[in-house]
Amino acid sequence: MRRLINQHPSRGGSVLLSALPFLLILLVYLYYSHARLLENPGDKLLPSPANIASTMHQYAFEEDDRTGDYLFWVDTIASLERLLIALGISASLGLVLGLAIGVLPYVRSTLAPFVAALSLIPPLAVLPILFIAVGLGELAKVTLIIIGVTPIIVRDLSLRTSELPAEQIIKAQTLGASSWQIVLRVVLPQLWPRLIDALRLTLGAAWLFLIAAEAIASTEGLGYRIFLVRRYLAMDVILPYVAWITVLAFAMDWTLRVVRAKAFAWAAPGA
Amino acid sequence: MTQVTVKRLWKNYGAQVVLENVNLHIGDHEFVTIVGASGCGKTTFLKMLLGIETPNKGDFLIDGEPLTGEPGPDRGIVFQRYSLFPHLRVIDNLLLGLELRGAPFAGRLFGARRRRARARADELLEAVGLQGSADKYPRQLSGGMQQRLSIAQSVICEPKILLLDEPFGALDPGITADMHTLILKLWNMHKMTIFMVTHDLQESFELGTRLLVFDKVRHDPQSPEAFGATITYNIPLKGHRAPAEIAGSVHIPSTEGSPPP
Repeated sequence: MRRLINQHPSRGGSVLLSALPFLLILLVYLYYSHARLLENPGDKLLPSPANIASTMHQYAFEEDDRTGDYLFWVDTIASLERLLIALGISASLGLVLGLAIGVLPYVRSTLAPFVAALSLIPPLAVLPILFIAVGLGELAKVTLIIIGVTPIIVRDLSLRTSELPAEQIIKAQTLGASSWQIVLRVVLPQLWPRLIDALRLTLGAAWLFLIAAEAIASTEGLGYRIFLVRRYLAMDVILPYVAWITVLAFAMDWTLRVVRAKAFAWAAPGA
Repeated sequence: MTQVTVKRLWKNYGAQVVLENVNLHIGDHEFVTIVGASGCGKTTFLKMLLGIETPNKGDFLIDGEPLTGEPGPDRGIVFQRYSLFPHLRVIDNLLLGLELRGAPFAGRLFGARRRRARARADELLEAVGLQGSADKYPRQLSGGMQQRLSIAQSVICEPKILLLDEPFGALDPGITADMHTLILKLWNMHKMTIFMVTHDLQESFELGTRLLVFDKVRHDPQSPEAFGATITYNIPLKGHRAPAEIAGSVHIPSTEGSPPP
């Protein structure tokens, strides 16, 4: 008998095992949903799959009576737009600042403690300030995500920059590189995969801030819808919306992982 | 012609004296090997020559000019590890020096200039026996191949001085012999001055035209850090005398903190 730590599942077995927890939770849900509905057909807490499907069909493929929109897609596009704009801005800011802090001692002395302090402010505590300062529009929601995510990316990338072996930077100087050339040819190319890692790690936080901002002030969006229908205990909307957010987040994470592996073949695979 | 002159050089970190009263003159096209116990200032000496450490007292002159306090293209370096750029293919690692010199803003060469640089890089790649690996990434190379590339990467910039910090320390003994042949070939081709720190006494005799031994001449048992090391032996090796012949007359402490003789 080999030790447990040396026993590996086969390829098919591994797929089956990873599906197991999902199946288990589905089964538990179906069982309790069925049991509750038997007792009270009007129960709203654990709606039946058929109920969920028909509600979702209505949201995704039928025009809303009041607005004439396909609510599901309007919500999805509104949320994704906010998230992607915010992540794009955060990534650009994070890359530039992280690089500058990591490479230039003067910038590091000036900004590193400031960014460290900034990253400790709970972004949700700043939300009222944002609403007061920039109004309830798109800007406030996008800004909240940026405030929440950028300091983390900046700190991560400046750390990664200073982790580059000193030997590399010295070698580049002996090859005649200027500061600019070192940034362009040595540091920046090695930071791209790390930026992707940083984005993957902050994706969860970005979604959190998005939902929070939408819950408080919005007229469409996945988070807005969840908090709107909460008043009617509409679990047949909330549950599939939560699942859909999870799928979207997973797809983004997976895309970033694939891009990293394909575009940066020189780098060791990330976590 | 490259002349390296060191006059009454002192280096200390706080109260700890690392080097004291080092005097040295090295002429053109020498192959200087440096040995000594750990903590005897060999690497500090090399770092000062490289420009990442500055002396506290005394002068460090190359061709009569003091060092600028930062690394420059006239002094190449090969470290024991980590001196390749992992994101660049072998050929791009080699081209980097030429591209940085030829394109101050873009850091890249294009068109005819790139083709000329590429031809030169290919030539050197063949000289170090890596012509088959041009499109690989450094992590796909063995340790010996990585060091050969690192040496070529420095040599392509034609530095006046090449610094080697235990470049073969992490390699298998079998590979080291090939590396010795290679470094001697490049040294003769490019007529530079080489400073090489090594732990291997045999190697230092085989390769060098001059052997420097760093050691402490004064010891204070109460405060071991009060006195620094200096160059205790400066032996010309022209004619490659057998190590055994000299080795008997040279005192080289083998371990750190060994008692004074």
